[in-house]
Amino acid sequence: MYLLKLILRNALRHKLRTLLTVLGLLVAILSFGLLQTVVDAWYTGANSAAPDRLVTRSAVSLVVPLPVHYRDKIRAIDGVRSVASANWFAGVYQEPKNFFPQFAIDPVTYLTMYPEYRIHPDQLRDFMRDRKGAVIGRKLADTYGFKLGDVVPLKGTIFAGNWEFVVRAIYEGATPKTDTSQFFFHWEYLNETVRTRAPQRANQVGVFVVQVSDVSRAAEISATIDAQFRNSPAETLTETEKAFQIGFIKQTEAIVIAIRIVSFVVIFIILAVMANTMAMTARERIAEHATLKALGFGPGFLGGLIFGESLAIAFAGSALGVLLTFPVAEWFGAKMGTLFPVFEVSGDTVWLQFACALVVGVAAAVVPARRAAQVRIVEGLRAVG
Amino acid sequence: MLALQPDMPQFPAVVIRHLTKSYRRGGQVVSVLENISFDIDAGDFVALMGPSGSGKSTLLNLIAGIDRPDSGELRVADVDIMLLDEAGLADWRARNVGFIFQFYNLMPVLTALENVELPLLLTGLPSRDRRERVEVALGMVGLSDRMTHYPSELSGGQQQRVAIARAIITDPTILVADEPTGDLDRASADDILALMARLNDELGKTIIMVTHDPHAAERAHHIRHLEKGVLTD
Ligand SMILES: Nc1ncnc2c1ncn2[C@@H]1O[C@H](COP(=O)(O)OP(=O)(O)O)[C@@H](O)[C@H]1O
Ligand SMILES: [Mg+2]
Repeated sequence: MYLLKLILRNALRHKLRTLLTVLGLLVAILSFGLLQTVVDAWYTGANSAAPDRLVTRSAVSLVVPLPVHYRDKIRAIDGVRSVASANWFAGVYQEPKNFFPQFAIDPVTYLTMYPEYRIHPDQLRDFMRDRKGAVIGRKLADTYGFKLGDVVPLKGTIFAGNWEFVVRAIYEGATPKTDTSQFFFHWEYLNETVRTRAPQRANQVGVFVVQVSDVSRAAEISATIDAQFRNSPAETLTETEKAFQIGFIKQTEAIVIAIRIVSFVVIFIILAVMANTMAMTARERIAEHATLKALGFGPGFLGGLIFGESLAIAFAGSALGVLLTFPVAEWFGAKMGTLFPVFEVSGDTVWLQFACALVVGVAAAVVPARRAAQVRIVEGLRAVG
Repeated sequence: MLALQPDMPQFPAVVIRHLTKSYRRGGQVVSVLENISFDIDAGDFVALMGPSGSGKSTLLNLIAGIDRPDSGELRVADVDIMLLDEAGLADWRARNVGFIFQFYNLMPVLTALENVELPLLLTGLPSRDRRERVEVALGMVGLSDRMTHYPSELSGGQQQRVAIARAIITDPTILVADEPTGDLDRASADDILALMARLNDELGKTIIMVTHDPHAAERAHHIRHLEKGVLTD
């Protein structure tokens, strides 16, 4: 109690200095939290992947399509529960910066395979009935104000021409981590149109999503699928949905690494600031530390005072930083719209923030505590007056 | 606890034999104390006098166990303190030495009450007992009505009285005071000296006081003179 009181009063001795240090910590911890959340957002797809879903794509490249008739062959393989397909559409809504993912899917199997996309049965029925219908995620709907019945025009890139879709269903995510920034429509509609405009590109899909009945057999089934099409004109590469997503993210890994580095640089800078504050503090109190030593207090007590004060300041700054991370992340996530499908501060991020604060608080106190422990009493006492 | 102890064992509180101390300054060894020998009886009140730089503070610091001699013998409170290591010496100081400094050396963020309580943290005494003792000590130095004041809210003389209460709170064997009135006006200085005389007189406290003020030294029973590191009487 006594010690705690002494630590807190010491911390508040130079109110302005402490306030500025706390503000610095707040900003650093907040920035760190936001940057970590950006990194997390990058991995959303990989983190929400289901273990029983495999993705089969062309062995050549992700942009090379596969013949749709592979579906039946894959479905016939032992251990495969169902097979859906998806084509990356890459249409532009008004301007290229309005990015959101669009897929042409075979709706029944695909949507059954993704139970985390929750759709009202009435809306699902409306979607199934409308050839030009689209199912869109809640976040996408909110970002652009799309409502049921709205016509969404998309300018094709991979599939040339102007396309129009009608919003028939809006899906909600089963968890806050579910990606609700996507736009799905009927593969049949895509295929019919392509058949008239570019017949050689008809009857093709981008990837197959394969659901297996036994997760432990995923690797074996992947190998069987790929063996099936070996030496054919379109060889395949099958991997788990998670591996597929990570492979996708790998393309932008340099950015993620840069963000990670920056987030730790921020912490390092505040550590330097904090260490300076504590060093100044300890220097000013040399005479007090010498007095305490004369009275019989050991290095442990002095260390306790200095570490305690450093940790108290670090904790105050980081607690405020963590508290602010949530509203700021929400605002930032809303601003970024569908660019980051999920922008949620994770529990791990909060733990990391506090861990950083702990490291900063301890590291900043090491040198001043050592100095205090080593100060010679007679010399320290001379620092008075 | 702080009561009169008339039957104190009559051993010398301080035994000093052939004590020497030198400092290294710019590669040169400067002798500060040379072959000092004398005793201080328990219950005595000794003034160390001498011109500035004669080694008074150095001698006092050695006796108080906050500095180390180069050679000689030094027994305080019946302990050969030259044999103690840092931790042992700190422990010994906490039990045997009460410090009174020229500039009071109070913790500015603690109230008078908390400052006086500070040394008791090392005794393991429960908080309530500590409080009681502190109140008695502050009463003895006449500051019962200033217990919750911070040092910055007290005059120099009052601060020194808080420091004296802090020095006696653990009932130490010796009190050491380095120019305790050096920073005070005449009237406050007289108050402090009267208080110290009372502690010696009524409580039997052994006091060793460094001063260059003859008026202050008059309060002591014995006066020792230092001249360039040598005891001259
Ligand atoms: N830490 C030190 N380093 C070097 N010289 C010192 C140190 N402490 C004291 N001295 C020297 O020792 C001599 C005696 O000092 P001190 O005991 O403080 O004298 P007094 O208290 O009698 O004025 C002085 O010449 C002083 O400069
Ligand atoms: Mg001196």
